[in-house]
Amino acid sequence: MAEHTHAHKDEHEHHGPRFYFKIYLVLLVLLVVSIIGPELNNRVLTLITAFGIAIVKALMVAAYFMHLKVEKKYIWYMLYTMLLMVFLFFLGTAADVMKSDGNNWTNESAHRLIDQHKGNAPAEH
Amino acid sequence: MGMQTPVATGRSVTGIPTGRLAVWWIVGSEIVIFGGLLMYYIMLRNKFDFWSESSAHTNTFAGALNTFILLTSSLFIVMAHYYAEQKDHIKSFKYIWATIGGGLCFLLVKSMEWTFEIMSGYTITSELFWSFYYTAAGIHAVHVIAGMVIMGIISFDVLQRKNMHRVELIGIYWHFVDIVWIFLFPLLYIAK
Amino acid sequence: MSSSTHAAHHDDHHHHLSFWQKYIFSTDHKVIGMQYLLTGIFMGVIGGYMSYVFRMQLAFPGKEVPFFGLVTAAEYNSLITNHGSIMIFWFAMPVLIAAFGNYLIPLMIGADDMVFPRINRLSYQIFLLSALILIASFFVPGGGFGGAWTAYPPLSAKAEYNLTPWGSSLWLLAVALEFVAFLLGGINFITTLMNARAKGMKYTDIPIVLWMIVIASILFMASVGPLIAGAIMLLFDQMIGTGFFDPARGGDPILWQHLFWFFGHPEVYVVLLPAMGIVAEVMTTFSRKKLFAYKTVLFTTIATGVLSFFVWAHHQFIAGIDPRMANIFVVTTVLISIPIAEMLFVYIATLYGGSIRFTTAMLFALAFLATFLIGGVTGIFLGASGADIYFHDTYFVIAHFHYTFVPIAVIAVFAGLYYWFPKMFGRFMNEKLGKIHFWGTFIPFNTIFLPLFFTGAAGDHRRIFTYANFPQLATPGLQDLRIIATYSVVAIMLFQFVFFWNFFYSMFRGAKAGKNPWNANTLEWVAPSPPPHGNFDVFPEVYRGPYEFSVPGRDQDFWPQNEKA
Repeated sequence: MAEHTHAHKDEHEHHGPRFYFKIYLVLLVLLVVSIIGPELNNRVLTLITAFGIAIVKALMVAAYFMHLKVEKKYIWYMLYTMLLMVFLFFLGTAADVMKSDGNNWTNESAHRLIDQHKGNAPAEH
Repeated sequence: MGMQTPVATGRSVTGIPTGRLAVWWIVGSEIVIFGGLLMYYIMLRNKFDFWSESSAHTNTFAGALNTFILLTSSLFIVMAHYYAEQKDHIKSFKYIWATIGGGLCFLLVKSMEWTFEIMSGYTITSELFWSFYYTAAGIHAVHVIAGMVIMGIISFDVLQRKNMHRVELIGIYWHFVDIVWIFLFPLLYIAK
Repeated sequence: MSSSTHAAHHDDHHHHLSFWQKYIFSTDHKVIGMQYLLTGIFMGVIGGYMSYVFRMQLAFPGKEVPFFGLVTAAEYNSLITNHGSIMIFWFAMPVLIAAFGNYLIPLMIGADDMVFPRINRLSYQIFLLSALILIASFFVPGGGFGGAWTAYPPLSAKAEYNLTPWGSSLWLLAVALEFVAFLLGGINFITTLMNARAKGMKYTDIPIVLWMIVIASILFMASVGPLIAGAIMLLFDQMIGTGFFDPARGGDPILWQHLFWFFGHPEVYVVLLPAMGIVAEVMTTFSRKKLFAYKTVLFTTIATGVLSFFVWAHHQFIAGIDPRMANIFVVTTVLISIPIAEMLFVYIATLYGGSIRFTTAMLFALAFLATFLIGGVTGIFLGASGADIYFHDTYFVIAHFHYTFVPIAVIAVFAGLYYWFPKMFGRFMNEKLGKIHFWGTFIPFNTIFLPLFFTGAAGDHRRIFTYANFPQLATPGLQDLRIIATYSVVAIMLFQFVFFWNFFYSMFRGAKAGKNPWNANTLEWVAPSPPPHGNFDVFPEVYRGPYEFSVPGRDQDFWPQNEKA
């Protein structure tokens, strides 16, 4: 049995190099899919393949490479909480920053910029 | 100055070694820092559809290559950790340097990419999209460099079989840097 | 295992440390705590001096201020900006969190030091650097930053508006470095409290002040991220001309406000919590009573912390945010007053029926309750967006936040200093001088800020350097109130000399104090006064909670945590 450093006294069966390499291969496949997806020019497909896969890849790196799968649960909770803070910030701010007009207000500067670009916008990418 | 490690450092009421606990908190704080920056980017990207024209000029191949490089370097540092646990300090040392090499390749690709973009006139002040592009990737690159430096320092300890537990710690940090790039890539390169 | 019960015998006795190693480059948490305390107090004096200068200008506009000279409009802006920034970032935070946190955490959990002593030292060095950079900003062409501590762009982004090109970037750099120092320090505190506790110390045996300091560190960590990103963006706007906050280029100044206040609101709880913790320790010891409801206080604190992330836009009610957002934030803002009021009730309940001993520390602790109450209640006026339309940017706001901040950063700090002074220096501070200092602080504090509620309600705008051109405000009645406030500032400053004399004299010549002069229960009173490097000969073990005072059936009215049953 592999000798454990004191850092993993409470350990689980230890994954070996082949296991990590397998995870790596899955990640590579996902990377390829996430690049091909957007090339098919479908907005929903792009969102799923580019961002959905990013989330899956991130979770895999977190769970297997960072060993979060065998870490104490509350570390997950702490990390999710920080992520939640980020989304909370988005929620409170998007109403003002993400739109360029709403009930009784317009963001003139933003409209000007958008119109400027419409004026000399090339054909859709 | 010879400082003796305090008894406190070795205690572990939670069961998680102190160093690892600390690195998780560092990752936590970095999530909010990068998150804040990226949320602003996402909000403006949604507002300004015309940014898709600018982002068409980013080099998807370079971005994908860099994603591949970072994923591979993440694999290497996991291996370095595995061998550190096996007490194979030579293999661990080699894999740490392979990871550093990956970081170096990442920075090289980025420098070439940026040089080309700057010479084509896309500088940090040319348009707000590009300001974000350089700032976000730049802050990320600073974290890559910091990781490489710390890895280098740890590797020499490992060679002397000292502080082997730190390989895991810098690994966690490096994986986080990898994860940030996993999100930066679609945001800056793919959403066209 | 032997290393966990007996302290490693630290090698002071056969390894003579030079002055530099012992006091300047030390990794000992007590020394680092002192460094933060003294640096923080020094910066606080500078911040206080600035308030003296600008209040003199407001009371006697256009007249030369003694020990300063004539105050120009630009200088006025610089003074108020740096007063606010210094008091929050370089006085309140370092003293409440870094000084008390560093000093107390290892002692109160029965450890020999923080878990990362060298990172601890690094965090102080970064903090010191940030303070030096801020001070340097006063001497560059244009002077110190003049865009208010909130640094809203475009004023803060364009030198042509703020007139302080160097000052604004140095200020931003100083603030960013201060954030880094506190992130590093916070990680040390959180990890130490989580992992390095003495044997037997359950979560509910941890003294409340430590919970407060650590929860504050977590709040700081979770809220400062977006602002760090924002600070980098603002720095780029200032120095290289990007347009992150420039509407003409697609940026949005309102975003800066959100970034700032998303941090800014939890920040006030970051400083409130340690202050409430200090007051809890002092109050329980000097009323010889258990904290009324430990678990309630703990969970309420956590709830307050969580809720504090949902109230931030009440600082932006009239900035042009979406009114539907404003409605949501009104509800959350008024809601958050409930847990805090509840904590105040718990504190009062702790006092009820106790055997109160009116030491100077206790006087300050009680004063905290009274004055913070006024501060908190006046916040409710401001939390109602309708009323805030009138009150925003008036002196009513200033009076509100000084009635919260000064109790937090000054009154509670003094309570803590008088209380732990015997532990830190092995000597007592003089009680008579302490009482003179107390009344000389408490009374003028009220006569500074009570009038300002009235001038604010009458319409006094914030950040205005003279009211001469506002006919409705340039009345003798209002000017009288401003003058009363200013004279009170002078008075409160003069009485601080009593404190400084007492503090430094007693350090060397005060009456000697033993290990546990107040007959308290927590573990710091087990170590010698002052504690040596390593703190404890034998690490204490914990058998009970921290507030076992007046337990029926015992002859002593206290029961130390480490005493075997």
